[in-house]
Amino acid sequence: MRIELVKRAEQSRVMSYLSPVIAVVLTVVFAGIVFSLQGHNPLSGIWYFFLEPVTSLWGIEQLATKATPLIIIALGLAVCYLSNNWNIGAEGQLTMGAICGSILPVMAPDFVNPIVLPLMLLMAMMGGALYALIPAKLKTTFGTNEILTSLMLVYCANLFLDWMVRGPWRSPQGFNFPITVDFHEWAVLNAVDIGGLYLNLSAPIALLLVVLLAVVMRKTLMGFEIKVLGQSPRAGSFAGFSSRKMTTFAFALSGALAGLAGMMVVMSEIQKLQPVISPGYGFTAIIVAFLGRLNPIGILIAGLVIASSYLGGEAIQTSLQMSSKVATVIQGVLLFFVLACDTLILYRVRFVSGSRESANA
Amino acid sequence: MSSASADTGQLAERGPAGDGQPLIEARHIVKRFGSNTANDDVSIAIMPGEIHALLGENGAGKSTLVKILYGSLQPNAGELIWKGQAVEIASPAEARELGIGMVFQHFSLFEALTVTENIALALPNCKATPELAATIARVSQNYGLPLDPAAHIVDLSVGERQRVEIVRCLLQNPSLIIMDEPTSVLTPQEADQLFVTLRRLASEGCAILYISHRLEEVRVLCHRATIMRRARVVAEADPTVETVGTLAQLMVGTEIEHVERKRGTRRGPEAILISNLSLESQEAFGISLKNINLSVRIGEIVAVAGVAGNGQKELFDALSGETLCPREDMLIFDGEAVGMLEINDRRLGGAAFVPEERLGHGAVPALKLSENVVLTRHGTGEGITRRGFTRFGLAGEVVEAVTTLFDVRKGVDDPEARSLSGGNLQKFVVGREVQRHPRILIVAQPTWGVDAGAAAVIRQSLINLARKGAAIIVISQDLDEIFEIADRIAVISRGQLSPAEDADTLTPEKIGLLMAGGAEKKGAAA
Repeated sequence: MRIELVKRAEQSRVMSYLSPVIAVVLTVVFAGIVFSLQGHNPLSGIWYFFLEPVTSLWGIEQLATKATPLIIIALGLAVCYLSNNWNIGAEGQLTMGAICGSILPVMAPDFVNPIVLPLMLLMAMMGGALYALIPAKLKTTFGTNEILTSLMLVYCANLFLDWMVRGPWRSPQGFNFPITVDFHEWAVLNAVDIGGLYLNLSAPIALLLVVLLAVVMRKTLMGFEIKVLGQSPRAGSFAGFSSRKMTTFAFALSGALAGLAGMMVVMSEIQKLQPVISPGYGFTAIIVAFLGRLNPIGILIAGLVIASSYLGGEAIQTSLQMSSKVATVIQGVLLFFVLACDTLILYRVRFVSGSRESANA
Repeated sequence: MSSASADTGQLAERGPAGDGQPLIEARHIVKRFGSNTANDDVSIAIMPGEIHALLGENGAGKSTLVKILYGSLQPNAGELIWKGQAVEIASPAEARELGIGMVFQHFSLFEALTVTENIALALPNCKATPELAATIARVSQNYGLPLDPAAHIVDLSVGERQRVEIVRCLLQNPSLIIMDEPTSVLTPQEADQLFVTLRRLASEGCAILYISHRLEEVRVLCHRATIMRRARVVAEADPTVETVGTLAQLMVGTEIEHVERKRGTRRGPEAILISNLSLESQEAFGISLKNINLSVRIGEIVAVAGVAGNGQKELFDALSGETLCPREDMLIFDGEAVGMLEINDRRLGGAAFVPEERLGHGAVPALKLSENVVLTRHGTGEGITRRGFTRFGLAGEVVEAVTTLFDVRKGVDDPEARSLSGGNLQKFVVGREVQRHPRILIVAQPTWGVDAGAAAVIRQSLINLARKGAAIIVISQDLDEIFEIADRIAVISRGQLSPAEDADTLTPEKIGLLMAGGAEKKGAAA
């Protein structure tokens, strides 16, 4: 027996919705195998990893906290990837955004005013955007590969943050720890009680951005331009669109969103700067963007799925004493299955028995 | 073996009669792609030393059959007999091992490498040694295909590049050579040269399967013809006794509609004026445009003939605005200098453009037809976009209008562009612009790779548009097409354009000479 992939004339609508679901199911099966190879009951592993984290209000708050930056960053990355600009450096743009936004509370701690909060968010977006424009400018001017430049700038940003919090911005009251001063009351995001659920401003902002981008992509010429230039630059220029402008726009947008996400993480969870402010949100958001099929609504769902795998990773550490690396493996396998299942959108699987003649019988 | 001109003596050179054992035979081949049947019970037999034509419209199943013979596709049913033995050809490598070679329509050569290096790449475990170079020189000389083994591909003309492909094929000592539309890129003179080589090969016992839609050529060159229509073999014919008309009728099934044309008697004012257009090419192996002059009036169609790769792409891009001219007044549309306006501003002024490449330039393959309407008509002031929002409903109405007007056949209401057949997509891409009634239309290769029926529809629509009041430039390599629709003809060669002359005063031979470089001297003199 043979398995044949038969090309479809058109993309399958059904499969474009079904393929992520198939990928998730395959990942759960794979995770079960990993758990049993590690000597655990696969079912209890799956329970602790995938389901237990969302069985409590506290778990859902955690889920929202982790999913929000992933979703915001992934939205920007989706615009990049759809327009064929490969920004891999969201983690660095997140860091630079957070540094720029922190200028006010760190350098002017006496400027305590409600306007500080929106100003910080704005400055973070500008910082992230400007930092993302470096690989964009290199690409449009010299044809540099943006994958490499944007990735390498991540390390520059992280080392810059490290130096800042150990050097010029180190808090005099910090007992020599590499941290800045604590942010004042108007420079932090506090959780608000919504029917027993404590959430801060970042979750509604993420939702708003999801809706906004969904409308832009589906209804506007801008969204059309992003799609066309990504799929066929030559057709794009025939339509009067400019690939260079698009590169600049896509990088600036994704940098701004990464900066915004980084700032909100700092403002809500840490409330000061320290050497490490993100557990790799900028990289994980790449998985989120693709898992969500580069579609805003898909990214919302994917962000929640991936965030729960973070929580699941913690849960299996505490409940089953398994290594946190298992969670990383499962995330990687999830991306693998998502990309593999994408084949089903353009191809049909056909099982062909034995010889050719019988196939035609 | 005479090497006389191709026009004479062909009967004396005919190959062996149809007796004896076929070299290769395909029996009852069936090949399906999904619900489409591309080959339905197709049988063909090719004798040694025979030049066998495979005729058919686009989509008739010729390429599928050829790919099966060459091992790049596997049939769902049927068998292949090679020299009397049943064989399975699982890959092109196996086909080459049997002795089947193929020369593709689109060349697969590396421009920056030499002839020897390119050929070495295709041979198993072969390095570009001096011995190989000597072999290439000898083989190419023997077959009347002179080649310099040390020349870089980029410096070769299209005809010479094809020779490289043929020599590459010959070095594998094939007993069957498959040629896919070999003359579509050649000047008439180069084509004659090729026929001499092919006859020589056939006289040595090598069989040639010759795919073409140029029926005149097939009549002159081929011993037998197999005609396909809608995935089936509908006839076997002797092309020497058939006329072009009867062959065409066998291919299409019905009498082809003739394009109706009255010579443009009433000419309106000048609508397109290209004056001293010079444009340095930005690409590595691009062609620079040199001092191009052309004027087109309302009501007339001017054709730009020429062999591919002589600046047609660059000229189209300069006219459309995908490349801006260095000076504004190098290009004047309707009295307005537009040389430095970008494409949508030119469209807004009443111009429309149809590029050569349907998929990837004229249309985005994975987008629906309605979205592809937005592609070229979002900035034309028709209200398809308003305040940044796109009205896909309106674009859908355009799709319907174009579909009805041009008889575009599609499975669903609004399919993705790539799911349409070549001819139907071309009708859509041309129709999308014609339906706007532009005053100026620039169209490149309007019927490239399109079946006769669709070609007639498209050509007629261009003529009608011109007569209703539009100035049209057609950039084409198809001389038949040019003579069918053009009022005046200019020839582009190495980035220079000959003065446009009245179509009635020109012959294909004269144009052939201009194509081969005569335009440069003429252009300089003009």
